[in-house]
Amino acid sequence: MSSEERSAFHGHQVEPGDKRIVRPYGDTSGDGMVQISFTLPVPHTKRAEGAALQLAGKMGIDPAMLVHAKPIGDTFTFFVVYGRVNHLVDMSKVQVVERDFPLLSAKEVNAVVKQKLRRKLSVVGACIGTDAHTVGIDAILNVKGIAGEKGLEYYRELKVTNLGAQVSVPELVEAARAEKADAVLVSQVVTQRDAHLHNTREMSAAFREAMPAGKRPLLIVGGPRFDETMTEELGVDRIFGRGTTPGEVASYVVHALITNKKAKV
Amino acid sequence: MTGKLDLDPALVARARELARRAGQPVVDLARSHTTVSVERAVLRLAGVTGADPDGIPWVNRLVDAVVADTGLGHGVTLPVFDALAREQITDVTLLAQKAAAGSVRFQQPTGKAATAARKAARKAVAAGVRQIDRRRAERDRLVKRYGDPKQRPWIYLIVATGDIYEDIPQAQAAARAGADVIAVIRSTGQSLLDYVPEGATREGFAGTYATQENFRLMRAALDESSRELGRYVRLTNYASGLCMPEMAALAGLERLDMMLNDSMYGILFRDINPIRTFVDQRFSRQVHARAGIIINTGEDNYLTTADAVDEAHTVTVSQLLNEYFAHEAGLADWQLGLGHAFEINPDLPESFRLELAHALLARELFPDAPLKWMPPTKHMTGDVFRGNLLDGFFNLVGTMTGQGILLVGMMTEAVVTPWLSDRDIALQNVRYVLGAAGGLHEDFVPAPGGFIQQRANRVLGEAVDLLERIGDQSLLTAIAEGTFGIMKRPADRGKGLDGVAKHEADYYNPASDLLEEGLTR
Repeated sequence: MSSEERSAFHGHQVEPGDKRIVRPYGDTSGDGMVQISFTLPVPHTKRAEGAALQLAGKMGIDPAMLVHAKPIGDTFTFFVVYGRVNHLVDMSKVQVVERDFPLLSAKEVNAVVKQKLRRKLSVVGACIGTDAHTVGIDAILNVKGIAGEKGLEYYRELKVTNLGAQVSVPELVEAARAEKADAVLVSQVVTQRDAHLHNTREMSAAFREAMPAGKRPLLIVGGPRFDETMTEELGVDRIFGRGTTPGEVASYVVHALITNKKAKV
Repeated sequence: MTGKLDLDPALVARARELARRAGQPVVDLARSHTTVSVERAVLRLAGVTGADPDGIPWVNRLVDAVVADTGLGHGVTLPVFDALAREQITDVTLLAQKAAAGSVRFQQPTGKAATAARKAARKAVAAGVRQIDRRRAERDRLVKRYGDPKQRPWIYLIVATGDIYEDIPQAQAAARAGADVIAVIRSTGQSLLDYVPEGATREGFAGTYATQENFRLMRAALDESSRELGRYVRLTNYASGLCMPEMAALAGLERLDMMLNDSMYGILFRDINPIRTFVDQRFSRQVHARAGIIINTGEDNYLTTADAVDEAHTVTVSQLLNEYFAHEAGLADWQLGLGHAFEINPDLPESFRLELAHALLARELFPDAPLKWMPPTKHMTGDVFRGNLLDGFFNLVGTMTGQGILLVGMMTEAVVTPWLSDRDIALQNVRYVLGAAGGLHEDFVPAPGGFIQQRANRVLGEAVDLLERIGDQSLLTAIAEGTFGIMKRPADRGKGLDGVAKHEADYYNPASDLLEEGLTR
């Protein structure tokens, strides 16, 4: 270890910014000051202001200063409260759930594909079985995207084929073969009689049958009612649940196929 | 307010001529094709209503049955009215029910039967068109009674709970808080449904289904608000996606006041077949023209995918194309809410001056259109404080450049669907800017030859260059090759293509005749 590296290493342990116990900072160390805003469903009266202060108190803000109260219509009031919280945070006890792949921007995804794969990455998507709800697959694939994030079609280095709704499993396998799919995305919204689980198992079995392990595309399913831990049981590489964004899917695909390539299940 | 940018009138004329040249082949295509949705819209005007127990509208069942027997290329009205005569019934909805049960056969009538069917079809469709006329006259009366908003731009606010009965009080509260125009966002994915859902709906994904009944309920609620507030509160929905013509017809029948209606949005962003889109679009715009509806085009969307500086000229090109298609379909300038947006990266030096230049360019190119000015979305990060500041600058550009319709930006864009307080803070922002600087456009005259004039002229020049390139190939080829946005959309691909047919020699569509000739019978 060079002396430079060593000092950086030690610095990491003793840096004054790296405190164990922290509280919010207003303008003085340890003052614990925070600012919050919220709306209560009551008209703007003295009592409403009291209610806002009481809520702030229950949130651990003491003393609480009501700095702004404004009626919104006749039946709501908006408040801004400043004050000191009495809570402390022990940094050593903070637990974070780490995503097992880094979240990349569209630009970064494109750059990785371009530099490391050196060809367009082919993605084939569909709603299989009788499911006609293309909401999910369209949100992930259409340029329009969801929640302000563009869909995979927007990524220059991805070649997206969206087969749409009510695609049969053999059609999907055929399309995956024709498009030389690196990844297959399947969306399942309808869950009557566990249709989403049956369809997914049928799909993964068909791919296993049609293609040898090394040639099989990455299989990804998504839908609001899936349990994300059921990948092995369903024979797929990844399950995405409610609220998944195109960026997460793209980042995962790049992670699984390029940056962290390993044998698939 | 013209002449602030010293635009070259010859270049402006050239831009319009090139847009016409690029658009003309598309209009020819639209005039020689029909779609299932155009035919369904015609039948809706003729009085087909309701849906089967599975929620599939009777118009869909009827059009499917006719197409199965006679194909789509003749149009469905003659086979339908021929069948009515043969079955000796007068109710088209009843015929649809019989057709769905498989108890009616359809044929393209000839000779006397054709003449009779033609007459009956025209009479029925004309009744629907006259209903649209009555709705328009009713709007004119209400606007006269309650008045237009006192200020320009009109303040446009979105509601989107998914439940029409939640939307109504939110919309009324928004109107009370100052909104002049209420837009009800549609449920995600409705644009790709090849039917219009029926009835009042209470469940939607990130929006509320557009249905005739939801239109009616919301319009009635806003009529109440208009009465209460002493100004006519306008209602907006979407004529886009696979059911564009039907949405237009329903909007006309239920007196909606504005409709989102872009010429290329569905193609580029929803992968809807280009021919389907252009055919549907032309018919929907004819209906909007008749109904006195203001269309809002979707140029803001280009800037969410492409860079707002590098691709500024694609907005101008799209505005010129939208203008050409709109005029061709009979819309007047006052009905053209041509879109554009405040989407330049705020970290870019002089971004505000660039925004002023672009917004003023649109204003000067389309002096009589109520331009639709869209707020920042792409560079809204979740930092709500910075977002509120950006929205303030957006509002300032809106008033300094005389925009017609201002979609209120939310500081919580990209964070949550707007809370009650977000909307209130956003409206406060608008009111402050319009109150403090509402007349600033009178004083705002960019320096001759200065930054803003130069930038606007450069964008116009780039737009003309792009139109020249499109002119050399054709708009459909340009779209196929990915000229707009980055999407390649060939004319033989995309959703809804199977619902398109070329007109047969005996194609008949009474609605097109009535709309094009401006007749009532």
